[in-house]
Amino acid sequence: MKTIQRHTISILLENESGALSRVAGLFSARGYNIESVNVSMTNDPSLSRMTLVTCGDEQTIEQIIKQLNKLVDVVKLMDLAEHKHIERELMMVKIAAKNIEACAAIKRIADIFRARIIDIANKTYTIEVTGGQAKIEAFLEAMNDHGIQEVVRSGALGIVRGSATLKVDEKA
Amino acid sequence: MELSGAEIFLECLKAEKVDTIFGYPGGAVLFLYDALEKAEKENTIRHILARHEQGAVHAAEGYAKSTDKPGVAIVTSGPGATNAVTGIADAYMDSVPLVVITGQVNRDLIGRDAFQEIDIVGITRPCVKHNFLVTKLEELAPTMKKAFYLATSGRPGPVLVDIPKDLTAEKMAKADFSYPETITIRSYDPTTKGHPKQIRAAAKLIAQAKKPIIYSGGGVILSRAAEELIAFSHELDCPVTNTLMGLGAYPAMDKQFIGMLGMHGTYEANMAMHGADVVIAIGARFDDRVTGKLSKFCPDAKFIHIDIDPSSISKNVSADIPIVGDVKAVLPRLLAEYCSLGETIDANALKQWWRQVDEWRGQDSLAYNQKDDEPIMAQYVIDTLWQLTEGDAYITSDVGQHQMWAAQYYKFNKPNRWINSGGLGTMGFGLPAAMGVQLAHPNETVACITGDGSIQMCIQELATCNQYQLPLNIINLNNGYLGMVRQWQEFFYDKRYAMSYMDALPDFVKLAEAYGHVGMKIERPCDVEGALKEALSMKDRLVFLDIITKPEGNVFPMIPAGAGQNEMKLK
Ligand SMILES: Cc1cc2nc3c(=O)[nH]c(=O)nc-3n(C[C@H](O)[C@H](O)[C@H](O)COP(=O)(O)OP(=O)(O)OC[C@H]3O[C@@H](n4cnc5c(N)ncnc54)[C@H](O)[C@@H]3O)c2cc1C
Ligand SMILES: Cc1ncc(C[n+]2csc(CCOP(=O)(O)OP(=O)(O)O)c2C)c(N)n1
Repeated sequence: MKTIQRHTISILLENESGALSRVAGLFSARGYNIESVNVSMTNDPSLSRMTLVTCGDEQTIEQIIKQLNKLVDVVKLMDLAEHKHIERELMMVKIAAKNIEACAAIKRIADIFRARIIDIANKTYTIEVTGGQAKIEAFLEAMNDHGIQEVVRSGALGIVRGSATLKVDEKA
Repeated sequence: MELSGAEIFLECLKAEKVDTIFGYPGGAVLFLYDALEKAEKENTIRHILARHEQGAVHAAEGYAKSTDKPGVAIVTSGPGATNAVTGIADAYMDSVPLVVITGQVNRDLIGRDAFQEIDIVGITRPCVKHNFLVTKLEELAPTMKKAFYLATSGRPGPVLVDIPKDLTAEKMAKADFSYPETITIRSYDPTTKGHPKQIRAAAKLIAQAKKPIIYSGGGVILSRAAEELIAFSHELDCPVTNTLMGLGAYPAMDKQFIGMLGMHGTYEANMAMHGADVVIAIGARFDDRVTGKLSKFCPDAKFIHIDIDPSSISKNVSADIPIVGDVKAVLPRLLAEYCSLGETIDANALKQWWRQVDEWRGQDSLAYNQKDDEPIMAQYVIDTLWQLTEGDAYITSDVGQHQMWAAQYYKFNKPNRWINSGGLGTMGFGLPAAMGVQLAHPNETVACITGDGSIQMCIQELATCNQYQLPLNIINLNNGYLGMVRQWQEFFYDKRYAMSYMDALPDFVKLAEAYGHVGMKIERPCDVEGALKEALSMKDRLVFLDIITKPEGNVFPMIPAGAGQNEMKLK
């Protein structure tokens, strides 16, 4: 039996126009899944870092990693599933409270999840939550009865625990 | 002193020792053409004007596949660039080293739907090894250097460089220009040597084999490792089969050679693969035309897979011993390791294996019978061509039945002689590719084996052949059908020949003559040999042989879709 597993892959990309679409194009052309993708700059202006969450059986994941490595714009990557790592996602949710009781309930749930209310207007709360996938999803579930108006998620970000790093080796 | 972008471009080509460039001009590349005109005058680089950009790129492929140099092509922006895409995709699928230059609109017009603007970098992204849009003049030379380096190193492939027109006119101080001698790309460093531990494991597995087989492919040719393959195979003394792209990497006349494998491979090659216990895959990528149905492929085999591209390994068939490296570097090491093991393949087992393979050979799956009073058989034409040229000609082909027959009946003993489109299967490849080959080898015999469908896809290149006096032999195996399509319709669609009859064929003899060439029509088997001899003897004319062949001939053996390698249709 082929078991499907979720993998979070961290990628250092050349900070070049088109690099992102090479990665995105690879996934669509070869029919790989993308659950989420996040890309942003790093402390090194020549590099951007992408965190990509995909799923597939072992053979598919192996191909995905090989194909990514083959892209000239991919400088280095790491399959976080092979390491102890931390994953976080940031979500902002807009919730319209129906009445005063709902306002209190929303605030209570936010507290339980250590979410922060970052804006409020006309009984509409904008809440920021950070956490792993499970927490983010549990929060949405808990808020389900309260009129979720809008959800925006960053997609997962990941980093390895301990002193190991994903960085480009200095030139010898 | 100042240099313009176009002059810098020219200096880059010279530094890369480019002697021939194939192309077609247009607005966005006029400054570049102005520089090329200068090169033409100095006799440094000759430009070959194709009659369609697809032809220019295929010609560059033919040039590259028959030499050890990359092919170079230049086209204008917009329609010039889009016309080149089929050739680029073809080169991508067959790992052909190409550098393709496209003109682009002025930088300040990019993104405004300017005249003849197209995002060719975006369009070609999935079918190039890499591509670049040059946005600064000082980046032009390093980008050209990277393009040549990427195209020719590791697993070769096409690299596209898109150059805006205004950049080719911009000037910089000559003192500031230098062409980099070497370049490193931090994210790109192909593994070539092969891991010693893996090589050792492979040697051990080989020594224990009872029914070993070597399955080698285009990677051996790309690696220029035919000699290494021969030495290795002779030591192992086991059967050797080649893919369509690998033909010539191992001499067809060698007694260990059992022919091509795959959908239209020989009976013995497919049966031997099916029966093998150790398959040594060398620069071959387990294409579906080779494996057939994966669940029935080589049921008893363990796989050693040598390939420079890690993504070729375990993509379709899981390798027991993967070796990432260049065939040329890995094979001598593997051979040395095997020889130093102190154990070799069991001689008795090998003898028995050969007995079995020879029995399959006895099936004589490529036998044909040309009768005098029946239509000409394509098999007979190619067999005769092979004999007359002593197996030493450069053969290009188009795509279809004629391609398979060429692969089956022309016995290639040397690499880089068989030039065809395997991965993309591009009808229209044969004629322009033959031009590229002939330009690279002006004194050699070059024949293009084609069909009445394929030849019409790039027929305009007959004008190019006239302009540059290319004495090709075009062998049009004219069966009046899109034969390969018709064959499938005969077998799998109850003979409903939807759109596969080639109605309204032109008079090819007159057509050849209109383009300034010699045309001949051959309709009887007894005329084939004479006509071929005559064509081959005309060393300064292109001869178009329109050979009327059996209308409903079929290519055998054939592994039908979904069948196993041992379930071939033999007739
Ligand atoms: C009508 C038609 C019918 C066909 N029927 C058949 C058929 O019956 N049999 C058949 O075999 N094919 C057939 N083909 C061709 C088929 O589609 C594939 O193109 C072909 O099988 C691929 O050949 P290959 O495995 O040698 O790989 P290639 O495409 O030649 O790829 C070369 C491999 O070698 C690797 N490589 C490159 N350079 C090096 C190096 N220096 N060192 C190590 N490795 C390297 C590459 O990474 C790649 O994996 C047919 C095509 C058409 C159009
Ligand atoms: C550009 C392109 N279009 C369509 C095909 C599909 N196709 C494969 S073989 C073939 C028939 C080729 O006919 P012909 O050139 O006459 O050769 P024959 O098979 O008769 O020898 C076709 C249409 C293709 N390979 N390439």
